[in-house]
Amino acid sequence: MAFWLELVISLLIVVGGCFVIVGSVGLVKLPDLMSRLHAPTKATTLGVGGALVASMLYFWGIEGKVSIHEVLITAFLFLTAPVTAHFVAKAYLHQHPEKKPELPPTGRPYGWSTYDAPPDGAAGQAANGEEAERKD
Amino acid sequence: MIGYALTFGFFAVCLALMLNLWRLVQGPTLMDRVLAVDTMMINAIALIILYGIQQQTTLYFEAALLLAMFGFISTVAYCRFVLRGDVIE
Repeated sequence: MAFWLELVISLLIVVGGCFVIVGSVGLVKLPDLMSRLHAPTKATTLGVGGALVASMLYFWGIEGKVSIHEVLITAFLFLTAPVTAHFVAKAYLHQHPEKKPELPPTGRPYGWSTYDAPPDGAAGQAANGEEAERKD
Repeated sequence: MIGYALTFGFFAVCLALMLNLWRLVQGPTLMDRVLAVDTMMINAIALIILYGIQQQTTLYFEAALLLAMFGFISTVAYCRFVLRGDVIE
């Protein structure tokens, strides 16, 4: 394997390891869950991404062909991390109603969807819209 | 050189796993623990990938992919259980 390729792979592994540590230190050090949510969902995902790119380059170096597995895992992780973060935040707010006054204003006539019911007529309007589309 | 990098990578990921374990045991709220388990899943994927590089085999990618899927599905199922009181309505 070429020297520069080894250098790039080693660098990617080290940088990925650093990001993984930063994510977990953030998970331990930050004060409450809404802040803690940032560290693992961003830094750790990037760290795993670094290890996966390193693996892809390594097997391209020793076998001469690019394997698609890593791309699949990377895509899956990068797609699912925001969904997981959103679900965890929503469940946390659902479990702690006392956090409601701390939330920033939505800038809309109605509040955060975790606490407030949908505004009157919103569901009905959607249903009416669908019916109107069907008639067309 | 890759060997040294891999040693550092294994050390980093194992340290991260220990820190996550601390948060899992300590976690003041329920969602802290769910988040810690989700992060441990992602770190386990990194560990499997690094092990695959060390052993020079592509055999472990399927395991990593399965772990990624199960980690995501279990986290979402748990959050849904907390939110709705039921996983599948």
